[in-house]
Amino acid sequence: MVATGEPRIAARFAALKAEKRSGLITFLTAGDPNMETSLEVLKALPAAGADLIEIGMPFTDPMADGPAIQRANLRALKAGVTVKKTLAMLTQFRKTDQMTPVVLMGYYNPIHAYGVPAFLKDAKAAGCDGLICVDVPPEEDQELALPTRAVGLSFIRLATPTTDAKRLPKVLQNTSGFLYYVSLAGITGVGAVDPAAVAAAVQRLKAKTPLPVAVGFGIRTASQAEAIARVADAAVVGSALVDCIGEAAAGGKKPAEIVASAAALTRELAGGVRRASRQ
Amino acid sequence: MKQIPNTFKAGPDENGHFGIYGGRFVSETLMPLILELEEAYRAAKADPKFQAEIDYYNTYYIGRPSPLYFAERLTKHLGGAKIYFKRDELNHTGAHKINNCIGQILLANRMGRKRIIAETGAGQHGVATATVAALFGLPCTVYMGEMDIERQQPNVFRMKLLGAEVKPVTSGSRTLKDAMNEALRDWVTNVADTFYIIGTVAGPHPYPAMVRDFQSIIGKEARQQMMDAEGRAPDSLVACIGGGSNAMGLFYEFLDDAAVKIYGVEAGGHGIETGQHAASLTGGVPGVLHGNRTYLLQDADGQIIEAHSISAGLDYPGIGPEHAWLHDAKRVTYTSITDTEALDAFQMCAKLEGIIPALEPSHALAFVKKLAPTLPKDHLLLMNLCGRGDKDIFNVAKALGTKI
Ligand SMILES: Cc1ncc(COP(=O)(O)O)c(C=O)c1O
Repeated sequence: MVATGEPRIAARFAALKAEKRSGLITFLTAGDPNMETSLEVLKALPAAGADLIEIGMPFTDPMADGPAIQRANLRALKAGVTVKKTLAMLTQFRKTDQMTPVVLMGYYNPIHAYGVPAFLKDAKAAGCDGLICVDVPPEEDQELALPTRAVGLSFIRLATPTTDAKRLPKVLQNTSGFLYYVSLAGITGVGAVDPAAVAAAVQRLKAKTPLPVAVGFGIRTASQAEAIARVADAAVVGSALVDCIGEAAAGGKKPAEIVASAAALTRELAGGVRRASRQ
Repeated sequence: MKQIPNTFKAGPDENGHFGIYGGRFVSETLMPLILELEEAYRAAKADPKFQAEIDYYNTYYIGRPSPLYFAERLTKHLGGAKIYFKRDELNHTGAHKINNCIGQILLANRMGRKRIIAETGAGQHGVATATVAALFGLPCTVYMGEMDIERQQPNVFRMKLLGAEVKPVTSGSRTLKDAMNEALRDWVTNVADTFYIIGTVAGPHPYPAMVRDFQSIIGKEARQQMMDAEGRAPDSLVACIGGGSNAMGLFYEFLDDAAVKIYGVEAGGHGIETGQHAASLTGGVPGVLHGNRTYLLQDADGQIIEAHSISAGLDYPGIGPEHAWLHDAKRVTYTSITDTEALDAFQMCAKLEGIIPALEPSHALAFVKKLAPTLPKDHLLLMNLCGRGDKDIFNVAKALGTKI
């Protein structure tokens, strides 16, 4: 039996708990620097130590992202990636990996243009487990969050330093799978995480939700990942990996070398996460 | 069957929706900020002191009311409707943009914000924002696409003289939409002290409604002035549309006057059929960008297509959500004018009326040029002359092949 939807995410966090450790979530942009290489990177991530994977769906106007992911979006769009091709890439991945939870992350307009019901149906069929949509807040839940949950996919919401106690219940209400805590007010890839502040924030969140809490934004190195892994259920690394792929591609490296660089960085980060065993 | 609303002035609803358009599509980091802004604006709007402050600056700083001017030679030349200009180009800083900036900076003050940011296309909104920031002694950063910096040099220098920092935006198409992305990125990074002054009736709720309210002084004055001049309301209204703020400012007052025909003019660039234009209603489909649902220039995959217009102020692939709604409801007729037609109108206005208009309202004027001759001589046609063309002369010279 192959787990699908929420169970695959829940199963992974349960397994991590049993191993008494926190997880590593890696982010890559679909089609960066091109479809073929991107698929090979994706396939290499679980063996290198990624416990859960976020696939970014490229958008021309990634308002919440810093320069690294903006550039990755442009590389991918230039390489001709579409929502359909992103889902096809996931389908390919699922042929060899049915255990690693995969979350699609992006902005609303490409999903809106695809059509929400069609997108959810196709994403589910492709083996997607959850969705993060940056620009659809709880105030617009009927747009995407509710339909996503209705088809049995997780809708993973971001909580941020500006989400105060009064607002938190609203953020948690239709969140499922896990909660993603954005460690700093800002865009991706800029600034460094503050583990002490994150520890306090995660405690505050955990008091209000039984969901696992992953922490992202500002985690680039193994030691940062280790520090966050001590206080959260998972550490998310995005821009550092995206930069690694971007630099390798810009340096004219062959696809296999790009995959090797991404895998090496993932191993390093996973090492950091695994050093931080939890009771 | 679509229900015809008994008023077009009731929007938006409490969630910022105009029909299916508008809303609050922003990241969680910004949500608490726009909710706070909405609350602060609601309180300010109900406070007579806030309105009195706006009135004061309108009168003594901006120079309102702007005149309603009968364009007699143009009327004779076109040989049809009687053409009036609402002369918001005579405002301090040379465009309607300052009407909104005064309102927002007063709100920023009430909210205790210490730093101002803005996006700008033509630079008019940037200049207006830099102006009010100087007036209130607040530091100001203006985001402007690299391409717009090139074609609107006079305004870049103006902003710097006013003490603002102009940050060139090099991402994407390097125009207005990218400047807005960058301003939003700044805002999520500096949540504690920063007030974002959006320059048009776009963005997440409450901006579209708030900017409309601040601009609606245009239509209110115009009704009274037309009453004084002609003893009745105008028969039709024409305004150009980038995001749509000068247009909403003129239209809003008249939305429920069923007899008043209303025309919004988008930038047709090289022509709608070439795909190189900025006419989101004519050539776009509904989508979600910059905090709201509206018509957008986009491809089949939901990727935003770069807009094109000779006028930097109209060069935006979206349009305010209230316009999207008025379009679907067929209350306002939206049309488009090409670069070439706008350039012709620009020159015609200078020679016939001694007024050098901005390239943006030159689009409205080019439509007036087509419309007026088809109308009877007693038809009162009111156009919003929302900006002056000083900022455009280098660009126009270039387009006309003249070296200056
Ligand atoms: C003179 C002038 N008119 C019109 C516009 C377009 O904006 P809106 O459609 O919001 O009035 C601009 C924008 O910069 C402008 O400078």
